[in-house]
Amino acid sequence: MKLTTTLVAAAAAAAFSVGAHGATLDDVKAKGFIQCGVSTGLAGFAFTDSDGNWDGFDVTFCRATAAAVFGDPNAIKFTPTTGKTRFTALASGEVDVLYRNTTWTLSRDVDLKFSFLGVNYYDGQGFMIRKDMGVTSATELDGATVCIQTGTTTELNLADYFRANNMNYEPVPIETNAEAQQKYLSNACDVYTTDASGLAATRATFENPGDHVILPEIISKEPLGPLVRHGDNAWGDIVRWVLNGLIIAEEKGITAANVDSMASADTKDPEVKRLLGVEGNYGEMLGLSADWAVHAIKAGGNYGEIFEKHIGENTAIGLARGLNQLWTKGGILYAPPFR
Amino acid sequence: MAGERPVAFVAERQIPPSPPPVRTGGALGWARDNLFSGIFNSVATLLSLAFVAYILAMVVPWLFLDSVWNASSLQGCREVDDGACLAVINERFMQFVFGFYPDDLRWRPVVAFVLLFVAIWPALFSSAPRKLLIFSALYPLLAYWLIWGGSLWGPVGVVVGPAIGWACVRFLPSLAGGRLDEGIASLAAVGTGILATALWWLFGVTAFEDALSAVLVIGLEPVESARLGGFLLSSIIGVSGIAGSLPIGIVLALGRQSNLILIKAVCVGFIEFIRGVPLITLLFVAWLLLSYFLPPGTEFDLILRVVIMVTAFASAYMAEVIRGGLAGLPRGQYEAADSLGLDYWKSMRLIILPQALKISIPGIVNTFIGLFKDTTLVIIIGLLDPVGLLQPIRADQNWNGIVWELYGFIALFFFIFCFAMSRYSMYLERNLDVGHR
Repeated sequence: MKLTTTLVAAAAAAAFSVGAHGATLDDVKAKGFIQCGVSTGLAGFAFTDSDGNWDGFDVTFCRATAAAVFGDPNAIKFTPTTGKTRFTALASGEVDVLYRNTTWTLSRDVDLKFSFLGVNYYDGQGFMIRKDMGVTSATELDGATVCIQTGTTTELNLADYFRANNMNYEPVPIETNAEAQQKYLSNACDVYTTDASGLAATRATFENPGDHVILPEIISKEPLGPLVRHGDNAWGDIVRWVLNGLIIAEEKGITAANVDSMASADTKDPEVKRLLGVEGNYGEMLGLSADWAVHAIKAGGNYGEIFEKHIGENTAIGLARGLNQLWTKGGILYAPPFR
Repeated sequence: MAGERPVAFVAERQIPPSPPPVRTGGALGWARDNLFSGIFNSVATLLSLAFVAYILAMVVPWLFLDSVWNASSLQGCREVDDGACLAVINERFMQFVFGFYPDDLRWRPVVAFVLLFVAIWPALFSSAPRKLLIFSALYPLLAYWLIWGGSLWGPVGVVVGPAIGWACVRFLPSLAGGRLDEGIASLAAVGTGILATALWWLFGVTAFEDALSAVLVIGLEPVESARLGGFLLSSIIGVSGIAGSLPIGIVLALGRQSNLILIKAVCVGFIEFIRGVPLITLLFVAWLLLSYFLPPGTEFDLILRVVIMVTAFASAYMAEVIRGGLAGLPRGQYEAADSLGLDYWKSMRLIILPQALKISIPGIVNTFIGLFKDTTLVIIIGLLDPVGLLQPIRADQNWNGIVWELYGFIALFFFIFCFAMSRYSMYLERNLDVGHR
């Protein structure tokens, strides 16, 4: 039993260990897999299939990172984390990277000592309402009863928004999304408000989704992205550039299907050549193999493919690209140049 | 004159008993006595019947008549019929039972589960062969090996520890050969035995495992803890907690009554501390603080940590339940044991504990059931027990929006287990109810 000896070693090393997690990249390479913190279950973003494999939007980004480092999207282990345990799981070293719909805020970045490495989904708080109420804009919601999750930032955003627009509302406090569905469907409230992606996922489960509309107003900024511990720069760079690489891949039309032919030398675009490791030594700079991006893209496709597969308009969740469209197509997805 | 008046009628044989009136016997009579014995009761009965019928009218069509067993998504269910979408349970049943345990290795937890009944048989029923208790004692290691896999020599090495300890206790006093006072010699032997066992567990086991693995490799494919989930996980935590908390609770309860100030202080401190802290806090400690204190890369299994915390928690409650039993015994029982000249352990084992445990049975089973249900709290720290599995399953696009079917299924599982425990405790109480009339 290894346990007993490790316990002794633990007792001896406890004094030195706190906070001394050092170079995660070296740890990750030594153990041969990435420990990725994901949600315990969020429609479209992280779920298990019938074989018990994790899948979803956030999960695929994690797999792409594993593919970039090890050339194998399955060199990864998932730790399901709840809203309460996610930050401590990362801070204590239980997970190497957190891909869990986490909003990038100043206090989390600075006070909790994490590094946010980009945004893989721009979310924002929205409103859902029954179509037959005839409301087309959130500014017409004066006097409405609103189902709102207590103790969340959405509650504060809601109060701010109604005060700023000189409107009144009657809050119906709820605890979970499942409770909100029941309350909203049984007409206990006129409006349900939470993150727009959550609204879309909730609406998708209704028997008649067409009877409900999500109002166009988005009243808060919720940039969701991956994060690592402070001081983990080499490791953070990899996570950041895998995300950027997938966005650039969409920009350049590199998909899981054509990445191999694009990587062969006949491509003209120099940025594609750099990304796919045909030219330059960018992989080496990151401490990875030259074709890391090829593996990352093969894991689940480029950003757009991942989006369409798990949360896009053809899925049950049915989210439009919106802000998450490339900057060239009217969104704000904008990866720094790959050079 | 004593003229005898002729008697008009003499019954010469007994009149055969006639059946009771229809209105007082049989089902009708029972109903009259129990359901319609007054206006108030009649109204209450009718209202209750109407309520039951109302519930059944909703549940039966939903659960049985209109339910859908074969579909690949909630939408698929809704296209077929509007009842319960049991297809989700059909599809995810194995996940609920085993979590993410590898398909081809699932026979191992099944074997462990079956052997569990062999192991608890002698503990539950006095008719079982007593020799099986040896198997019961070894069962935890066997189950650990079956479920987690790895080298067989690890569990074997753990067993060697107590064997060494026992050898010390058995043979050291005779080695001393009368040079020491007998009492001191046996005390020293016990101390040495405990120390030797502890040292072996700390330093010997790994070497033993490595050495024997080098000679002969016997092992099962290892399965990591992250793959355990569902009812398997609940059972592991629940059964280990139950099996561990009873003996530890007994020791703590006895310790709390001890005259030795140090032992008493330790036991009271432990019980009061653990009882004063919510289980969720202990689980958080198991999950977080330990990983802060352990060096990075240390693999101290999360499930093991949780089992330890849950056992400690249940032990503290168990100790108080048993202390209640000890306090409930008449003082005369203690004095009778002393007057027979029995030493402390014998008097406890033969006279006090059998009676104290018997009167504590309802409280003990109460704690067991509470503990088993408390295992669902592990979802807070991200372990996927049945309730924890709901979230990733409901997050699957195919099943998003299903609520009642899944929760009902889990409730049914817990009800079966807890009800079985409750019935067993009633059986035990009846069986042991030999005196005190």
